[in-house]
Amino acid sequence: MSELVKRYGLGITTAMVLVTAFWLIVMVVLPALVMVEYSFHTNVPVTKRGGPEDYYTLDNYLSLVRGTDWSTWTFPNDFRVFLRTIWGAALVTLLSLVVCYPVAWYVAKLAKPQRAAMLLLLLVIPFWVNEILRTFAWYIILAYQGPLNAALLGIGILEKPVRWLSGSGGVLIGMVYAFLLFMMFPLINAIETLDMNQVEAAEDLGAPWWQIHRRIVIPHAKPGIAVGCIMVFVLAASSYIVPSLLGSPGTRWFTETIYVWFFEGQNWPRGSAYAFILLGLCVGFIMLMMRIFRVGLADIAK
Amino acid sequence: MTTRTSASDLILRLYLAIFFIYLLLPLAVMGIATFNTSKFPTVTPWLGTTTQWFGALMADNQMWVGLTNSVIVGIAVILISVPIGVAAAMLLDGVHRRAKSMLYAVMVSPLLTPGVIIGISTLVFWDRLGVKGGLHLSVIGQSSFIIAYVMLMVSARLQRFDRTLEEAALDLGGTHMQVFRRILFPYLKPAVFAGAVLAFFQSFENYNTTLFTRGTDVTLTVYIASKVRTGLTPAVNALALILIAITIAGAIAYEISRRQAAAEAAAAKKRAAEADTMAELKIA
Amino acid sequence: MSRDVELDHVTMRFGDFTAVNDVSLHIKAGEFFSFLGPSGCGKTTILRMISGFMDPTGGAIRIGGQDMRGIGPNKRPTALIFQNLALFPMMSVADNIAFGLEMRGVDKAARRKRAEELLDLIALPGSGDKRIDELSGGQKQRVAIARALAVEPQVMLLDEPLSALDLKLRQHMRAELRAIQRRTGLTFIYITHDQGEALTMSDRVAVMSRGRIEQVGPSASIYDAPETPFVATFVGENNVFRGKVTAAADGLARVETPAGVLLGRNARGMSVGSDALIFVRPERMRLDPADAGDNRVTRPVAHLDFEGSFANLVLSAPEGSPRPILVQLANDGRLGSLQPGAERTVGFAPADGLVLPAGELAKD
Ligand SMILES: Nc1ncnc2c1ncn2[C@@H]1O[C@H](COP(=O)(O)OP(=O)(O)O)[C@@H](O)[C@H]1O
Ligand SMILES: [Mg+2]
Repeated sequence: MSELVKRYGLGITTAMVLVTAFWLIVMVVLPALVMVEYSFHTNVPVTKRGGPEDYYTLDNYLSLVRGTDWSTWTFPNDFRVFLRTIWGAALVTLLSLVVCYPVAWYVAKLAKPQRAAMLLLLLVIPFWVNEILRTFAWYIILAYQGPLNAALLGIGILEKPVRWLSGSGGVLIGMVYAFLLFMMFPLINAIETLDMNQVEAAEDLGAPWWQIHRRIVIPHAKPGIAVGCIMVFVLAASSYIVPSLLGSPGTRWFTETIYVWFFEGQNWPRGSAYAFILLGLCVGFIMLMMRIFRVGLADIAK
Repeated sequence: MTTRTSASDLILRLYLAIFFIYLLLPLAVMGIATFNTSKFPTVTPWLGTTTQWFGALMADNQMWVGLTNSVIVGIAVILISVPIGVAAAMLLDGVHRRAKSMLYAVMVSPLLTPGVIIGISTLVFWDRLGVKGGLHLSVIGQSSFIIAYVMLMVSARLQRFDRTLEEAALDLGGTHMQVFRRILFPYLKPAVFAGAVLAFFQSFENYNTTLFTRGTDVTLTVYIASKVRTGLTPAVNALALILIAITIAGAIAYEISRRQAAAEAAAAKKRAAEADTMAELKIA
Repeated sequence: MSRDVELDHVTMRFGDFTAVNDVSLHIKAGEFFSFLGPSGCGKTTILRMISGFMDPTGGAIRIGGQDMRGIGPNKRPTALIFQNLALFPMMSVADNIAFGLEMRGVDKAARRKRAEELLDLIALPGSGDKRIDELSGGQKQRVAIARALAVEPQVMLLDEPLSALDLKLRQHMRAELRAIQRRTGLTFIYITHDQGEALTMSDRVAVMSRGRIEQVGPSASIYDAPETPFVATFVGENNVFRGKVTAAADGLARVETPAGVLLGRNARGMSVGSDALIFVRPERMRLDPADAGDNRVTRPVAHLDFEGSFANLVLSAPEGSPRPILVQLANDGRLGSLQPGAERTVGFAPADGLVLPAGELAKD
């Protein structure tokens, strides 16, 4: 602290500390704490707050799983949505990784510099386009009378049009499309630093291409894979716009459930509890990835 | 170079082609659908070419309300996040190692927090203080994580700052405030400017945080989302097309200015080298 | 007294590490004073304490009799030339030079005028509107000096300002710096690890090692009469023989070394029985000494480094010493006879040998 004062002087240091404290305390930490505290309350109207009906309870959390029957494998509605969200986000993450990896490999190592620069530009353009618009583009394509059905009917793959937007397929395709680039750039950055001599040495020793990737490229790209997976999973699990545009009532996402509790059910404590559960899911996934891939926070926030 | 078989090479190339089609075709379709007379935005069937949807968009009052709100929110977010982001970066730069990693973790945590949760916690917290949802709350919610972006951008530049410049200015008699205004801030300016642009963009396209904090106010993203669900016409495509065009134009302008700056720096370097040889000749 | 700089038992600790250890000095107004020492010995730390970027953990610094503790760098009558110059890259040359005046609220026209005067002084007239990155290394150097002069400091502090320049320019700038100091009459406190710089420019030099002052004095006395083994070996080349004093009389001491008994000046008045080092400059060594009173050592030739007008003869290290014997020979046209492997006798007059108490030597 004294060093800061020596460097910036007392006035600037004080202003700096106060302003940063305002951000971190009033805008980040306190809201999170209040949300968590809120989630342990019963849902009572404002007028009854602090009254006898307003007490601490775990009910908002327990209600997520209440009614689960593991023997018959039946789950209450919200819990089913929660599980679907985890499963869906994981699937989106895996798909993004598989789809991006060959492209990242090509752009980072195989393409000549000029071509690589061009491809990077092509990759960046959709990245700049608003998430809603990227999703909207797929809404048009996947529409019942849209170009995808028309094309597939045209070349005879389909006999009759498919309702893409009423299953989970549309949501998954849309999410992979919307978040793919958050996988692509970390992957490219990580693969770029690989020394190609290693690959050539392995080829010299007669390793087939898939062994080269399994034993050399993928281990080297681990930090990139971790960062990409974290970004995509968190974005997918907490996405609202994609499921709400490309999904149907049968494919509701956990964020939609939270929204409904807040603004249709008028049950803020329940919504807060679910939001905290979603946060826990994301933090859990981040920690898991950081543990598996041994990366730090500084690698992620780039 | 690598001696891969031509078969796997061919497969890779084919895959790349499909990938880039997958990446860009949807945007193209969305753009092209703007010019179809069909009331529902599509390219199949093509019912006729028109520019009427731009007119329809311009005539849509709600769109203008959303746009205005988005711009207001974006500017407010800049005004909040830039000063705080700069202060946070300076603070982070000045504290010692142990405190630094702790502080850093807290500062980047909003970037890893889902936007809906930031929206919800902002809503619940301010509701406790008696503040209801609305654009002002969206500004606060968005700022809470956009500050972190600005902080990271400014930090990156600050790390390359030569601290002896600050010391030299102080040694020449400047007050701390003068040193900040004349030395540190001008140095940080490009990062501050880039941070401001980024902040605006992030705010402009934000949906998740805005959704929970907006009360009954409508921003452009909220307008688009509601349009898609109820009352979708190619007017939305027209809007999308305009936004994409603006973004790409901005990006190109940025790239050009970056190249110019690089060329200028190279030229100055060359002149300095020339001055060096001249000086040597003079001494010899 | 007015502009004198006094260091009074100054100590600086960083945690457990003592970077500057109990340094006391009185630097007189108008003096060109150098700190000379290997890198890491605490020179920059001393300069930063004088300029006010840190306060000593012990002792006091006074300028013009006034204790400087707690006074910031912006309030001290000093100006520091940084090791990397620290010119402001976003400002023009003139704005750099006038920066200190701008900080003091001097108006624009007056600033411009003063900048032009200083540009004349440093022989860069008309360069005010140039950008910093358009200047050559030596020009930058001079701009940094002008910038410091502009605030009319009483004391100029220079932290190895020439280290970034190439050899020729460095020598040129030495003369220029000295000339500027003479012309302005300011106190210059100069730090360097380059003995050539310190010896040629300074009125007085303080040689430092590990945070301590080893010796203070005019250049000639540092070279001719080193007071410690460190100074003897850090400043210029010196041959070293290690041994014990067996007799001391008439200002001379007899030292018994594994290479033989050697006689030298007993400058520190050492008594019989103490561990001693005896130092001889290579240029004082003689090949095949003729005088009967001379010290003699016989060793095989290791190699001969021919330099043109002179040559350095290297004999393999004497017993008990890790360092080879150096002998500087004038080129008399007969150097060809010195073939590696041949045993040769070299020697020196007792007056050219210096006997000092055993102690730490400078690293080669
Ligand atoms: N702020 C500091 N904290 C800890 N150690 C320092 C600090 N500044 C200098 N030192 C140490 O003090 C010693 C002397 O440093 P310095 O004065 O820069 O040496 P010189 O300029 O003679 O090369 C070095 O070992 C250096 O590592
Ligand atoms: Mg130094």
